[in-house]
Amino acid sequence: MAGSNEKVLIKGNYAIAQAAINAGCQCYFGYPITPQTEIGEYLSAQMPKLGRGYVCAESEIAAINMVLGAAATGVRAMTSSSSLAVALMQEALSYAASDELPIVLVNVMRVGPGLGYIYPAQGDYNQSVYGGGNGDYKIIVLAPATVQECIDFTYRAFYLAQKYRNPVILLADGLLGQMMEPAYFRENPYPEVDVSSWALTGAKNRDSRAIYSLGPDEKKQIQHIYNLFKKFEIIAENETSYEEFETEDADIILTAFGSMTRNIKAAMKVLRSKGIKAGCFRPITLSPFPNKRINELAGQGKDFLVVEMNMGQMFKDVKYSVGGQSRTGLVNRPVGEWLSVEEIVEAVENFMEKSYAASIQYS
Amino acid sequence: MQQVFSIPKSMKKDFKYTFCPGCDHGVAIRLVAELLDEMNLRENTICSTSIGCSVFLYDFLDVDCVEAPHGRACASATGVKRARPDKFVFTYQGDGDFASIGLAESMHTALRGECVSAICINNTTYGMTGGQLGPTTIMGQVTTTSPYGRNREYYGYPIRVAEQIALCDGTAYSARVALDTIPHINQAKQALKKAFEVQLQGLGFGFVEILSSCPTNWHMTPQEAHIRVKEEMIPVFPLGVYKDITTEKGE
Repeated sequence: MAGSNEKVLIKGNYAIAQAAINAGCQCYFGYPITPQTEIGEYLSAQMPKLGRGYVCAESEIAAINMVLGAAATGVRAMTSSSSLAVALMQEALSYAASDELPIVLVNVMRVGPGLGYIYPAQGDYNQSVYGGGNGDYKIIVLAPATVQECIDFTYRAFYLAQKYRNPVILLADGLLGQMMEPAYFRENPYPEVDVSSWALTGAKNRDSRAIYSLGPDEKKQIQHIYNLFKKFEIIAENETSYEEFETEDADIILTAFGSMTRNIKAAMKVLRSKGIKAGCFRPITLSPFPNKRINELAGQGKDFLVVEMNMGQMFKDVKYSVGGQSRTGLVNRPVGEWLSVEEIVEAVENFMEKSYAASIQYS
Repeated sequence: MQQVFSIPKSMKKDFKYTFCPGCDHGVAIRLVAELLDEMNLRENTICSTSIGCSVFLYDFLDVDCVEAPHGRACASATGVKRARPDKFVFTYQGDGDFASIGLAESMHTALRGECVSAICINNTTYGMTGGQLGPTTIMGQVTTTSPYGRNREYYGYPIRVAEQIALCDGTAYSARVALDTIPHINQAKQALKKAFEVQLQGLGFGFVEILSSCPTNWHMTPQEAHIRVKEEMIPVFPLGVYKDITTEKGE
């Protein structure tokens, strides 16, 4: 299904799995959890046919540590999971960031905290962007909004991981994972990345290599952390991406990530038809976050209303980016049905009537 | 003059062991290095290292190494092997790493019959953190977290790792050896060789548990520590080959 111009109707989870194959993923290791299990099922059928690696791991912890081992040898490797089980992988993500291992983790979010349930939700913004692992490190986080983007961002995830030797999270949600949509499997547009300078392949005709994060030498350890953050500054400079719609004349900018983007675009149209100058801003990379652009727009006096399916996790980043130059509001619901276009429109109308920053929760 | 003793090529130049005096890690690592030399494996080897006193392996062994988080060396080794099936892959772990926090990963790697080799250093305690009760601490043993001795009421029983790993269908070889005497060291080398060979032959998981001394945390001299290995450890953890599918008839 690579490089085809034919549109196919495909489920988000299968799309991610096939895109991983197209992107040259050589190894997949995973453990079942709803709502992402189809990724592992699909790859268990396809990877053996292609002579690539597949393991039904005994746990999410084992799965991501298998990915660490495979990635250390320079091949493209990934795992996928959901929310509470991604929590189990945080230690390994911290290692991978420190070891500069190019791993790809797909998180098809569901409701938390704790066991929660299998409804879609967006409660892992903090877990992904700020990390649940120990120490100072940063992960690249991509948030698709459509099945097409599940494909395109999977390609990009593998490329960015190897280009910057940094873990990448593809942050989807149960809505995207479970729904079918028409999409193209275009050719992977990204070039191969040369990994020969660091990959572990056996110490033949070169010195031996060790990939580790152990830091008994204080000075080296300090420098290592500074280097990781300098690298992320470069990533932010080169890779920060977002989408905006009709922000130019907007008084209020609806902001959402992932599949909630779909509803703010629809709400914007309704609001425009009512004469309210609404625009949309949608971060594609949640980390690095497009704070500069939000700051610019806020500097033009535009208000921001953040719409998300959690208790206001991205809201904090938007508010920080706005920096008090204009108002920032939140419309949210932590669980259940995605906030509808009608609810968003109503929230905007409420927000515009008020002179203070509003927080509107729907239950 | 003929040179009769030298540092194995698979060990780093100018290395200095940082282990405590009398610790058996140095002997175990040297045996591994000798075998990598003798079996001509160094240039094709990727080692999955672990956490604990074994963590410093990459300071001594001159092979490619990837660090695994505590307990995950067998999972990481699985990833390496699945990504590069042509490489020689082994883990070097302590008993806490292999058989406590990492028991699930270790056992499932054996059950899958991954063609990797695993080495578990059993010194009946957590060495690096200063001698706490571990999965192999023997009954009655005093540690910093079992100050009245290991008993059933508070701690339960130790695990016999080589026997457990031998029960896994994917295991091709499982043995327990010791390093307290020259004959035992020679036997240990033969066992390690076998655990390496079954991987190279694609037969499955190769495992060796090595009974080792920890004079510092046992509060003993190196000599006393080796006497403890013989008198207290070997009766609880009998030496021997618990599984070897290359010698079993009818399999």
